[in-house]
Amino acid sequence: MKLRKTHKLPALAERLLYSLVAVILSLLLATLVMLIAGYDPVKAFSAMLNGAFGSANAIANTLSKSIPLMFTGFAFAVASKGGIFNIGGEGQLYLAALASTITALALNGLPRILVLTLSILAGMAAGGAVGALIGTIKAKMRINEVIVAIMINYIVSLFTSYMVNGPLKAENSMTAQSEVISSNYLFATIIPRSQLTTALYLGLAFAVLIFFLFRSTRIGFNIRAVGENANAAASSGIHIAATTIGVMAFSGMLAGLAGVTEVLGKYGRFIDGFSPGFGFTGIAVAVLGSNNPFGILLTSLLFGALEAGSMKMSYVANVSTNMVMVIQGLVILFVATPEIVSQFAQRKGGKQNG
Amino acid sequence: MDNLQYIFSFNIVLTTLRFAIPLTLAAVGATICERSGIINLGVEGMMLIGAFGGVLGTHLTGSPWLGVLFSIFCGGLVALLHAVLSIRFRTNQTVSGVGINILSVGLSVVLTRVIWGTDGISGTVKQLETLSIPLLKDIPVIGALFTDQSPFLFLTVLIVFAAWFFMYRTKAGLHLRAIGDHPRAAATVGINVRKYRYFAVVACGMLCGMAGAYLSIVQNNLFVNNMVAGRGFIALAANIFGGWNPLGSFLASLLFAFAQALRINLSLPIPDQFVQMVPYAHSLCSSALVERQKHRKLPAN
Repeated sequence: MKLRKTHKLPALAERLLYSLVAVILSLLLATLVMLIAGYDPVKAFSAMLNGAFGSANAIANTLSKSIPLMFTGFAFAVASKGGIFNIGGEGQLYLAALASTITALALNGLPRILVLTLSILAGMAAGGAVGALIGTIKAKMRINEVIVAIMINYIVSLFTSYMVNGPLKAENSMTAQSEVISSNYLFATIIPRSQLTTALYLGLAFAVLIFFLFRSTRIGFNIRAVGENANAAASSGIHIAATTIGVMAFSGMLAGLAGVTEVLGKYGRFIDGFSPGFGFTGIAVAVLGSNNPFGILLTSLLFGALEAGSMKMSYVANVSTNMVMVIQGLVILFVATPEIVSQFAQRKGGKQNG
Repeated sequence: MDNLQYIFSFNIVLTTLRFAIPLTLAAVGATICERSGIINLGVEGMMLIGAFGGVLGTHLTGSPWLGVLFSIFCGGLVALLHAVLSIRFRTNQTVSGVGINILSVGLSVVLTRVIWGTDGISGTVKQLETLSIPLLKDIPVIGALFTDQSPFLFLTVLIVFAAWFFMYRTKAGLHLRAIGDHPRAAATVGINVRKYRYFAVVACGMLCGMAGAYLSIVQNNLFVNNMVAGRGFIALAANIFGGWNPLGSFLASLLFAFAQALRINLSLPIPDQFVQMVPYAHSLCSSALVERQKHRKLPAN
């Protein structure tokens, strides 16, 4: 059995070109929407650019918004390589955030490094458990993972909602949230008075880790083998079920880190319903970054910039912040449709029809 | 005692039907779509655009019925996008569904702000009027089904049976099912696979649009950000639980709606979140059961 060598440069460059064209097409369509709606797109996009990169604080904000997206992007990409569509990032990150919050609150008083490490690990374990559950259902019962993961998303997020509305609810709090975790146990901020924390380094470290996992380890090879042709992988002696469950556990841990870094980096507590759909946006991030960890760093930065700039765009040009979701939705549709993109990327005649 | 009284009252039938309408419409749509061999994860987004379209249409014309028509048109339009991507460009159908859902959330809120100037909530519009059917409404107990009832109830029941009749009693329906099961064989005997698939996906979107309109201009009189709130996914599960059959989808929707009706109206000693989990847990287990049976029936592939 032979696998295509990973990260073959021409192929990668081509895919990045596709992604770039997909982004440009999406921005053009978004511009069209703005023109039809009577907005000033130049004003809107320059406000957005300004809000995303206009000052040190804006850049810090962009980077901090990209952190959860890079983790959910990694999560989707890793599962994808194993042939699994992990749409369960949302549930994975919620349970992880909860586990991490509980750990940090329970260990209050112990040394910083110990509590921080254990909280991160607890979160990863919880996210990994949700991922492994989905993997197990897929592998052992041969059920399509998509519906399963969506239902588990709802069940898990309702469970976390119960926890912070009930047993974990902060005293005298009007809203559903946990007690505040001592700032001693949170990620350190890189730029003072911003939300940019050292969680960013964790993201970079995982990008490198994932890169080498798939480039030069047996496990990474096995995952790709199962993803590309499960039957061939099985006949060459790879244990399909174990690989599927394992890769989903890892994917769940990565998605979990999105929740962990939000709690321990941004809010310092668990807030009910804190994720605006990071799990789903992560799919767009991964697809756009063509499942490459460094590609995902770039695309999460792009999506982070869109999010960070959307507030400024909203009050300068009066465009709803949800314009960002329009752009994200278009990006994912374009990038998943290489045939359209390639017509713009390179002139190509004679398309075949299905 | 109150709980028992409620369970055995006719009220719960009415509440169940109300909750079941949007689920049923979308589930029947999903059935038609998936039977043609196209996975449609965008049901949620199509319902959302339908809900928005219903309010917009009513706002522009002043007539909720035209609003309903517009919602059907909008749902169909979004579905056409999914159809073109999935059929013409062979985009990964799951990814396309996810993209459509994200796009729909974004677009509905952006346009709400354009038209009403507020983020995430529209102005109020005229609601679709209820109707009472003479004579039938005077029957004891079940007369309530025909008194001040949403026309959507009758439309939905009609659509369920029409869809069933179409799929199992017409030649076109036979073709549709053949396409989903054996696309190659269907193409070989001269069935236009693409035409049927376009029809099926767009029909699904139109039904989803109608389901959305029910949420926005029948149950309510305005559009709220993300007002579909996962019902599209529950409808997908109802379709699976119903065995990809319009009647089955209807029954499964009724079952999920019943669970929801119990949740809203019973004062249970368990936290609300756990009761809210019921339809999802139910969908999870039932789709597990159905898929297992499917595997058992089909030879190993």
